Amino acid sequence: MNEQLILYPLFLQMAISIILMFGWARIKFQKVFSVFGSIVSLGLAIILFSYIWNNGTQTIQAGNWEAPFGITFVADMLSVTLVLLTAISGLAVSIFSGASVLKDRLRFGYFPIFHFLLLGLNGAFLTGDIFNLYVWFEIIIISSFVLITIGGEKAQLEGAVKYFTLNILASMIFLTAIAVLYGITGSLNMADLAGQIAEVENRGLVQITALLFLIGFGIKAGVFPLYFWLPASYHTPPFAVSAIFGGLLTKVGVYALIRVFTLIFVDDPFLNNIIMIIAILTLISGGIGALVQNNMRKVFSYLIICHIGYMIAGLGMFTEMAIAGAIFYLIHDIIVKTNLFMISGVVYRIKGTNSMRDLGGIYAKWPKISLLLFIPLFSLVGIPPLSGFWPKINLIKAGFTNESYITVGAIIFASFITLVIIAKMWAEVFWKEDKELPLRSNFGYFSKMTSAKRMQFVVPVALLSIVSLYIGFGAEHIQELSARIADELVNSQGYIDAVLKSKN
Amino acid sequence: MEILLALMVGILYGTGIYMMLRRSMVKLILGIILLGNGANLLIFLLGRITKGAPPIIGSDAKVFVEAFADPVPQALILTAIVISFGLQSFAIVLVKRAHTVVRTDDLDEMNATDEDS
Repeated sequence: MNEQLILYPLFLQMAISIILMFGWARIKFQKVFSVFGSIVSLGLAIILFSYIWNNGTQTIQAGNWEAPFGITFVADMLSVTLVLLTAISGLAVSIFSGASVLKDRLRFGYFPIFHFLLLGLNGAFLTGDIFNLYVWFEIIIISSFVLITIGGEKAQLEGAVKYFTLNILASMIFLTAIAVLYGITGSLNMADLAGQIAEVENRGLVQITALLFLIGFGIKAGVFPLYFWLPASYHTPPFAVSAIFGGLLTKVGVYALIRVFTLIFVDDPFLNNIIMIIAILTLISGGIGALVQNNMRKVFSYLIICHIGYMIAGLGMFTEMAIAGAIFYLIHDIIVKTNLFMISGVVYRIKGTNSMRDLGGIYAKWPKISLLLFIPLFSLVGIPPLSGFWPKINLIKAGFTNESYITVGAIIFASFITLVIIAKMWAEVFWKEDKELPLRSNFGYFSKMTSAKRMQFVVPVALLSIVSLYIGFGAEHIQELSARIADELVNSQGYIDAVLKSKN
Repeated sequence: MEILLALMVGILYGTGIYMMLRRSMVKLILGIILLGNGANLLIFLLGRITKGAPPIIGSDAKVFVEAFADPVPQALILTAIVISFGLQSFAIVLVKRAHTVVRTDDLDEMNATDEDS
């Protein structure tokens, strides 16, 4: 009976979207119900998480078709951790959307689509079937297309065309990879594929398939030569949409890379070398890209790319410690990146612009809020004991044991550049003398809001900041969790056994 | 038959990518459509083509005794067709809308997102 617990997060998100659709024109109802549903789904995610933590990997076979023939859903530690993080960010963004997204946009079904996006994310994390993963990816991208275009401003549509094209291309490449994979093994179940791929004699074909997966997921994750769609589109939609995109969408690509390259295409030196090179170039190019930007959201977009490099580097080194570092970074990054885009939303509301050149003096006017925004900004840099610091220890240690000194150098370089960027941002946005900007008519400035509405901006930022602080100060727990996930990923036999030898 | 299909898949992928690299938005959509069809045919081809052997077990047997056509690729293609149909219709609407707002069909002129702001 408890196996069905795995599917509840999916059913819940779907039910929320459907109920929200019935209240299509009633925005107030949608706002309240979306937050309520997100709280329930957070509770459910916590229950699922503690259940898997105590009982180990659980599986459920759709329609009771035995694996590898049916579609399998698998909840291992990595999946449930990501489901939990999705629920946390989902709750924060849901509160944030209610106040920050304009009414005209909410009226076009913003909330139902938002919950469909969360449904797709949960599904992608929980599925154990590679074609099913493709379907969840499509659910994610079609929802994200609607969210990115909702409102239809000029910049938004231009960003959407770029975002759309590259994501469709990534899906096509992913589909091609699945076709080749099915051609050489005749299976789609990821646990079954792990065994089948090891026995294929034509290693060249296997490597080509792996590269197709790497390109397909790489576009979605935003790694080095494939990331140009990301800074062209992430700063165009409403802030709440940027927040959920920045926090979770690229991370689905990273999750898929981690899953496929620890389970199916395991420890191939050729592939690991390519992944390492990509990681190093991603770290450097993302960092340098962020350095020259002026728009806050563009800076954060480039920082997303830069920090994807850490996770990919951990995957490329392929030792338990390195993967633990990558997972720790993933956990920290989802929370912080969601928060950063919400911060840029708060700043936008205070001053009416996101251009760092024009901003300034926020600390003098809003000291309490500035201190709150300080936490995520400097968590990102990883000043100890804040959360970004701990995973880097793992990664650098693993780099030294692997004797891949260039990677260590790139990791340190990227951390340094992040520090420079965030320090510059802090100085420009918060400390610099206030510049009198022409007041915009018809704009809901933060100072003119009622305190109830202000709380809707501050509470989600505070919520995620508290989670960040917990990740930083309770690093021991997160370290234990990521070590356990890394152990499960490296010794994937447990996952395979759980899927193929399950009772039903 | 396989050779013919393989050539077909190659042509569809090639033209699809070529169309996506053009500057016109309409050609972009055509490219996406061609590429999608190429991927579908590829799944069909790589699922092995078995002629005249439907995957139905005769009433006198418990398991398949002879080679049979694999039904899974067809299920996959059907799913992929439905999904790409949805995406393509969205693409057409998006491009039309973008054209009305930006007043150009040239992708090179779509650089408002790269402006320094």
